Amino acid sequence: MIKSGVYSFLVCALMGVTAYASFYIAPTESTMGLVQRIFYLHAPSGMTSLAAFLVSFVGSVAYLLTRKARWDWLAVSAAEVGIAFCTVVLLTGPIWAHPAWGVWWAWDARLTSTLVLWLLYVAFLILRTMIEDADRRALVSAFFGVFTFLDVPLVYGSIWWWRTQHPQPVVFTSAGLDPTMRKVFYLSWLSLTCLMVLLIRQRYVLEQSRDELRTLEQESEAN
Amino acid sequence: MSQRIARPVGLKFNNIEKRFGALYALKRLNLEIAAGECIAVTGRNGSGKTTLLRVASQLTRPTRGDVKYSGLSDGEIPAIGYVSHAVMLYDELTAAENLLLFAKVLGIENPKQRTAELLEATGLVARAGSLVRTFSRGMKQRLAIARALLSGPGLLLLDEPGTGLDTESMVWLVNTVRGLRDDGRTIVMSLHGESGLSQLATRATRLDAGSVVADTRAGATFQTVFAPGER
Amino acid sequence: MRLFSNTAVLFGKELRTEYRSRELLITTIVFVLIVITLFNFTFDPSVSESRRFGPGLLWLAFLFSASLMLQPCFLKERTNDTLSALRLSVGDPFAIFLAKLLANACLLLLTQLLLLPIFAVLYNIRVMPVFPQLALVFLLGSLGVSVTGTALSAISSQARMRELMLPLLLLPLLVPILIASTEATAALLEPKPSLRWDWLGILIAFDVVFLTALWLFGEYLLEE
Repeated sequence: MIKSGVYSFLVCALMGVTAYASFYIAPTESTMGLVQRIFYLHAPSGMTSLAAFLVSFVGSVAYLLTRKARWDWLAVSAAEVGIAFCTVVLLTGPIWAHPAWGVWWAWDARLTSTLVLWLLYVAFLILRTMIEDADRRALVSAFFGVFTFLDVPLVYGSIWWWRTQHPQPVVFTSAGLDPTMRKVFYLSWLSLTCLMVLLIRQRYVLEQSRDELRTLEQESEAN
Repeated sequence: MSQRIARPVGLKFNNIEKRFGALYALKRLNLEIAAGECIAVTGRNGSGKTTLLRVASQLTRPTRGDVKYSGLSDGEIPAIGYVSHAVMLYDELTAAENLLLFAKVLGIENPKQRTAELLEATGLVARAGSLVRTFSRGMKQRLAIARALLSGPGLLLLDEPGTGLDTESMVWLVNTVRGLRDDGRTIVMSLHGESGLSQLATRATRLDAGSVVADTRAGATFQTVFAPGER
Repeated sequence: MRLFSNTAVLFGKELRTEYRSRELLITTIVFVLIVITLFNFTFDPSVSESRRFGPGLLWLAFLFSASLMLQPCFLKERTNDTLSALRLSVGDPFAIFLAKLLANACLLLLTQLLLLPIFAVLYNIRVMPVFPQLALVFLLGSLGVSVTGTALSAISSQARMRELMLPLLLLPLLVPILIASTEATAALLEPKPSLRWDWLGILIAFDVVFLTALWLFGEYLLEE
């Protein structure tokens, strides 16, 4: 209890420091100005969402091999957190793009891939709502979770290669990062990763409690 | 390596639990069936009879507990014949095609010959080339039993096999099961009540809410197992 | 090996039952035609635009129709519980998947090949010079669609709203196939046709990855 409270506090503090750094420590970018600072949220969120999906994949594989419910709890928790970070990427993209380049959306490789990823994992969650039996749901969604994650490199690869063949004016670059900018970027990445761990844990505990409640209900019905 | 063994086998259900969501189909079920025994399993609807048979055939994985087969060495799989409520046959294939398909998949030697034998034994030679879609319930059941017998199984699992059969088919069924019993095969039949089939059984068991509540081996009589409210 | 003989027998069964009714093939072909026709109303194609948009629209139509045509794959094994009969008879449950995915791939490929002349006419494209290469692209693409679609058909048959679930799950998964197949097809229909092994490489990678995943974990989908 205390440990998780302390950890939450630390994460909040870290996020606070990152926010301060993004606004006051990182130098202003020459061409885009103030709005470029959203990069410190946009890019690390993308990486964090991938990390969360990787954790979900591990949970799915582990469930298929062991059939222990806690791996299913991990898989769904990490998937939801991954979707949350994906959503951040998809929202900050247009917020960044419109003032900077005058377009709300650009079908650049990373943003497009993130959109497909978002759709895939939302489908994963929808699938779970369509199966009532907990064990069946865990098994089936674990299988789909494996398929989904295996698709991720193929999605990224094919979209990236497609964009290389049909180039668009480049947006969302983080090319040529100044050293201070780089440090703020890594700080943001660290704090978002810590946030990811916190969120996954909270969601995991929630899923665990739901399962305990379900078990108690079933046992009382059986007697 | 995956050749199925056609010797009669016994079954041991150890503390079987099968949950479907909130529903316990089987709960703390313990049952031991000797090789060659012909046992009738009865109980109300929803007492777990079908699930018991599906667990025995390994179609359904128990949530807890396991099923062990006796009379086998390590690594041997028993040849099991399973007849369920559903007919388990392809409507768009003929009777002969259905049997031939499963015979080949089972890896039976001389599948065509075996198919012909079973069509003969079940009296379906005349309709061998007709699509199963056109069959009556009685004929479908005969074909289903033919399918179950393809591998010459030592263990037969029959789920309410007499349902929907006319008198003639029922007589045929009773005679067939009698023959299989006298052949020494282990037979587990789930039945709704006493009938010509239950009279073939050497043992009867009653299930209620997923557990065994009465067993002739434990001293109950056939009457009390089949009709617990009476006498 | 028993896996291959089981697969061959079951593959024969899949083709034979489809041949008897021919419902799936005809319905799929007509559906693709409908989609292509509808696409035509959304833009006014000049010849050069046809060449640019044509392959993408064709593959989009294939994917939509596949996501519908693959529905009955495992659903039809539920009517008489023939799935249980198969599970009791086969040595390796993967044979069930392998037979179905090969049959589905054949069906998809046949649909594409039959539609090719119609497509060529509608969009004023010359296909005969590059027919073998096109067939290769169609084959690799169809395999990818079939491997994933067959697996997902087993999943969606266990879920509610299964008619919607299969397209929902399948279409995002097939983005790499859509991109690679469209690009490879388009490259073959250029004035100077070329066989793009980079795109074929992605198709092959997709097919191998998902076939392996299905081989490793597929049997869990058939459990009760």
